[in-house]
This record gives sequence, structure tokens and C-alpha cells, in this order.
Amino acid sequence: MAGLASLVLADARFPGGGHVHSGGLEEAAERGLVTGTASLHAFLRGRLRTAGRVAACAAAAAAHPSGPDRLGALDAALDARTPSLAQREASRAQGRAALRAVRAAWPSPALDALVAVHRRPHHPLLVGVVVGAAGEPPAAAARCVGYLAVSGPASAAVRLLGLDPFAVNAAIVALGDDLDAVTDEAAALAGGDPGDLPAPGAPLLDLMAESHVHHHRERVRLFAS
Amino acid sequence: MVSFDPTVAEHDHHDPAPTGGRAVRIGIGGPVGSGKTALVAALARSLAGRVRLAVVTNDIYTTEDADFLRRNAVLPPERVEAVQTGCCPHTAIRDDITANLDAIETLEERFGDLELVLVESGGDNLTAVFSRGLVDRQIFVVDVAGGDKVPRKGGPGVTTADLLVINKTDLAPLVGADLGVMTGDAARIRGELPVIAQSLVQDPGAAEVGAWVCAQVDAVRAAV
Repeated sequence: MAGLASLVLADARFPGGGHVHSGGLEEAAERGLVTGTASLHAFLRGRLRTAGRVAACAAAAAAHPSGPDRLGALDAALDARTPSLAQREASRAQGRAALRAVRAAWPSPALDALVAVHRRPHHPLLVGVVVGAAGEPPAAAARCVGYLAVSGPASAAVRLLGLDPFAVNAAIVALGDDLDAVTDEAAALAGGDPGDLPAPGAPLLDLMAESHVHHHRERVRLFAS
Repeated sequence: MVSFDPTVAEHDHHDPAPTGGRAVRIGIGGPVGSGKTALVAALARSLAGRVRLAVVTNDIYTTEDADFLRRNAVLPPERVEAVQTGCCPHTAIRDDITANLDAIETLEERFGDLELVLVESGGDNLTAVFSRGLVDRQIFVVDVAGGDKVPRKGGPGVTTADLLVINKTDLAPLVGADLGVMTGDAARIRGELPVIAQSLVQDPGAAEVGAWVCAQVDAVRAAV
């Protein structure tokens, strides 16, 4: 049963700095890889099943009752599963950014423990810790993070490409089965060894994240990632 | 080409521990082309010897902007942080100020003894204002070439900013703008709040705005 924490954290109006990240969509749009709703749907599905899946599993593990004791191992597991420096930076930037709003709303010892592991925590772990401390199950954290993995890029696509917002919203909803599968797997693995979390690769997303940062130094980018 | 060989990757970013202390934060907002960046450059130049300052820019930021500030404002590039606003400049200064707060804190950590951070918003419409959670004071910049009815239209930027700057007064005769109408409307709409009409062509140092900024820095620091 989803509670208020996972709803608020998944809300686009949550003031956690998420609106400046496109999850690789800006780079994909710039390169002509995403041009309309159909290619956006394919992009989102791929992202959900790779980067989103890793993030959802990490969030569920952090939300598990044993999560607060394993935050160091989970932090390392996420680093190891995120080969692109730009993506590690984007994850930590969003974690640090959301920390401000999270501290004001859900102060908890588990949150302090997470910041003690790293001053700029990975965003999925931050969500997991907050959702777990709020009494919600690991599945709620996984669903929240899996949803954010596609809702952020989808919103960026509306802004960058002028896509029909109704069609884009429908494309997100059409990912329901995929999101269920990601959520179920993450919940099933939540209490296990962090080293056993899945590690799907998405080399194109990795490369585009690096390329995005690279291009930042040369010409205009409107999103931070 | 992007290298994806992990052995040549840069190191992960290291964050220095916070040093404490907090600079006074002044937001500079206003429509596209009203002269926000030029005002920031003028202030950076004229205040450089008096106040230890840095700049956060939300403007669509290119190397030309950085060069502009470097050339015109004697502001070294490490004193300028750019924020990406995800196509929503007003969101980044009002509804979700996180990216800007992070940029300010990055500058405060980098320099330790900052007294003033100028936060320049991306060009937006008349309804954009800075959150009080982001800045201590805010300046709204409009210009005579944008139309002399702009102050009359009001909007929270014009009506509530701590200082309204009417820029490019030297252009008024050229664009047929009535400066008297603009200052009169502004005074009527803003009541006691100050209005400064200026031309950076005639006063490249923005002396009057600079004096106001210094007074605000002193006032905010005295109140903390």
C-alpha cells in the first residue's frame, strides 16, 4: 500500500531539484534519436528496464528494514552498477538536491546514517530510506523510483520537443506492466545481499550521459543531465 | 568524441566540507533582453573592490556569457556558477529553488568568505519572482525599449520586488518611450518601494543600484 511519502517524492511538484534533469532525453533529442511519442516510448521503456531497474532495486533495498544497516554496501553497489561518471554525478546531485526538502519533511536517524555514508547520497537510496522510515514497504520505494526514471525524461520531452502532453502521459501509463515487473523484482530482492542486485547495462544511455556533459562545455544545454 | 574508457575517466567529484558563513543573496530578475546580465557585469565591476562577490546565473549560459562576464566584469570564471533550469526559469527561482541553493552553497564552500551572491534569473515574464527561501532581496529589471506600459501592467515582479530598475533610459527618445509615464506608473503601483531609472551607457558602473546593493548587504548582515 503506497503511503504519502512515496506519493510526494514522485510528485513533479516536489521541490527536490528533479525538474532540471532529463535522464539523457535532452541528448537523445539533440541527436535525433527521440523525435516523437513512439520513439519516446521506446526510450522510456529501455530506460525503465535498465537504469530504472537498478535504481528501483536499490531503493527497495534501502527501504527494507535491514536497509539502514547496509547503506554503505548499497552505495557501493550503485556506484558499481553505474559505469558512467556523469550518471553517478547526476544521481548524487539529485540526492543532495532532494536532501534539503526531505530533511524538512521527514527527519530521521536513518537519513542521518545515509548522509554519514556519503554527503551526496545516491537519489534512489535517499528515496528508499525516506519511504522505509515512513513505514512504507520496499515495493512503494521501488515503484516511486521506477516511475521517476520515466516521468522526468517524459516531462523533458514535452518541454524540449513540444510533444502532445496527453500522448506523452499515455506513453507513461502504457509502461504499467513494465513498472509492475520492475517493482515486483525489486521487492523480492530487497532483503538480499546488495552484491546480488541486478546489473543490467545500457551502454547507449551511459554514452549519452557522458556526451551531455561533454557538450555542456561547448554549447547550450538546458538540463543538468 | 566521448571517451568511455574507464581508465581515462575523470575522478568522481569531491565535495569540500562546508565552511560555515552565509553570503547575502540578491536576486536579479526581469524579462528577456532587459539588461540583467549587463547589470550583473556592471555591479561586479563597480563592487569588486568593496564586496567579495560571486554570481549564479540561470540564463541560458554559453561560453559567450562567460567571456562577457570575464571581459566586462573582472569576474574570474570560478566566481560564476551556471544553473540549468530544465526549460523552466521561473520554476528554478520560485517553485523548486534547489538547484540555485546548491549553486550558492557550492560558491560559499569554494570561497569561504563571500559577502554577496548575485543570482541572475533566466529571462522570463512579468509574473516571475524569486522565492524568499532563495534570496534576501530582489531586483526586477525592465527596460524602456520593452514598452513604457510595462510598469502599469504590474505583475508580482514589478509590484513586489525590493528594487525596480528601469534600464536603458538613453534609448527612450529613440523608441518613443515616455520615461515619465514609466516612473510615474511604477511609483504609483509600488508605493514606498524604490525605483531607479538608469542607463549603463551613461553610467557604466550602475552607481545608484550599486549603492542600494551595498546598503542591502549591510542591512541583511546586521540583521543576521
